[in-house]
Amino acid sequence: MQATQSQASPLSLMDARTRAQRRRLREIRQFLLALLFLIPSLIVFVVFVFYPVAKSIYLSAYLTDPLGRPSVFVGTELYTELLKDKYFLNSVWVSFKLALLVVPALLVVALGLAVLANRQLRGIGVFRLIFASTISISTAIASTIFLLMFSAQTGTLNYLLGLVGIKAVPWLLDPGSAPAAVAITTIWSSIGFNFIVLLSGMQGIPEELYESAALDGAHGWTLFRHITIPLLSPTLFFVSVVSTLGVLQAFTQIYILTKGGPSDSTYSLVYSIYEEAFLRFQFGSASAQAMVLFVVMLALTVLQFQVLERRVHYE
Amino acid sequence: MKTTTPSQVISYTLLVLCSIVLLFPLWVTLSTSLVPSSDAMRPPANLFPLNFYPQNYEDVFRQVPIARFLFNSFVQSGIVTLGQILTASLAAYAFAFIPFKGRNLVFFIFLATLMIPWEVTIIPNYQTIRQLRWTDTFQGLTAPFLATAFGTFLLRQSFMTIPRELYDAAVMDGAGHVRYLSTVVLPLSRPALGTLGVYSFVNSWNQFFWPLLVTNEKTMRTVQIGIAMLQSEESTQWNIVMAGAVLALLPTFILLLVGQKQLIRGLTAGALKG
Repeated sequence: MQATQSQASPLSLMDARTRAQRRRLREIRQFLLALLFLIPSLIVFVVFVFYPVAKSIYLSAYLTDPLGRPSVFVGTELYTELLKDKYFLNSVWVSFKLALLVVPALLVVALGLAVLANRQLRGIGVFRLIFASTISISTAIASTIFLLMFSAQTGTLNYLLGLVGIKAVPWLLDPGSAPAAVAITTIWSSIGFNFIVLLSGMQGIPEELYESAALDGAHGWTLFRHITIPLLSPTLFFVSVVSTLGVLQAFTQIYILTKGGPSDSTYSLVYSIYEEAFLRFQFGSASAQAMVLFVVMLALTVLQFQVLERRVHYE
Repeated sequence: MKTTTPSQVISYTLLVLCSIVLLFPLWVTLSTSLVPSSDAMRPPANLFPLNFYPQNYEDVFRQVPIARFLFNSFVQSGIVTLGQILTASLAAYAFAFIPFKGRNLVFFIFLATLMIPWEVTIIPNYQTIRQLRWTDTFQGLTAPFLATAFGTFLLRQSFMTIPRELYDAAVMDGAGHVRYLSTVVLPLSRPALGTLGVYSFVNSWNQFFWPLLVTNEKTMRTVQIGIAMLQSEESTQWNIVMAGAVLALLPTFILLLVGQKQLIRGLTAGALKG
């Protein structure tokens, strides 16, 4: 500060110009310096994020030859064809069906666990750790475990159902139950994350609110209904959007449990992209499908921001 | 000392019941890994390892290159974790300490990477790795993940809390940016670095789609792929598969136990950003 002031005292045109030049030089030097620190990240992002996005858009306008190279320019034809392709439409439906099976149930379970674990009790830390534990387990391992448990004749789940007198469920072998099996696996492996986010949301609710409501005679369900839920609603909304995005991207559990079957009942959007690109080498139409998924996810994200923003404005 | 109230009894009962249900799949995994193959698919024999058979853990090393799978996963996750910490601390330093023109634009570029789902980039990335002849190499497994916008924002947040006076003092001592970063900023940001480290290690260890694409040779499979392939081969020996599964989930499970705070902080911060 002092240095610039002492420079500024003799105000001639020459000085002003050199000062401007000096400032410009300084700016360039700062920019190059910053660039030096940023360049490792920027290289990775350009090569593995931005270039691929552009290439995906490019690929989605071409038919691909058997070697996976773009061959014939078709413009937006791959997109219009997708909208008529019953396999693609089925995979969109499967993905949304999975989201419907997973998200509401997941939210209820995770919320219940968070309410339970939010009480101040001796040893509550152990229970919190148990409820959070599935975050450390990969979808691949979780799916392998459930594959064993879902086995129709020899699986643990049908054995347990048998103990309480329920008939064995064909789980992964039947188009009716396979989506449920995939959903159960997804719910189990997502509980940890959702529990953690909801619990930390709950811990952000000021204790005084509960105390003053309790003075007014409110307790139990009333407190939950009129304090916890309204104050937690941004978090609840947030985890439901994140979970929906997660389920729309589900791949590993489907690859391990069902390979899209039986009768395409679990042939989800991302599984379809995988087979189209890496088993049939139709990079063009696979890219078009990926772009459709991108647009859907972007729309959901924008919706999330708008709703959250509105809450901030009106409260 | 207060006596336990009925409401506490109810709470504990519910907590224990929920824990049992949640842990049940893990119990099945552990107990199946400890019974002989004749019992592995026969509930309730695989629910209670009465015919205790820890031999499976020796057999899995003999029958499957599980040591190699674990090694690959460790190397892959180690490279990604160190790489992310390095690139993110450099970038975060620029954002936090160097005022430069176009900072908002660069910030936006970083932010944009968080909006793009991996499905959109995976086909071109696969082609890039093939063109570079990086399939079945650690470069191929790790290169796309060596930078992280989330990690950069996380570290930037922590760097911003460092008092400006420390910088002025360091400059007085004649320290350059790199020395200031390595001797002052990074040591002061250990909690944030821990969070990023645990978070990226767990994420990297648990990856599936990418390693599935870029590895073909058995010797380059990560442990996630190795276990998944094990179960799809004919005549699945579930006791062996589950012993492998226990070994595969142990590192991240231990990381959760010792780095609980870091992991949870990373997840909630990541969630709020993503």
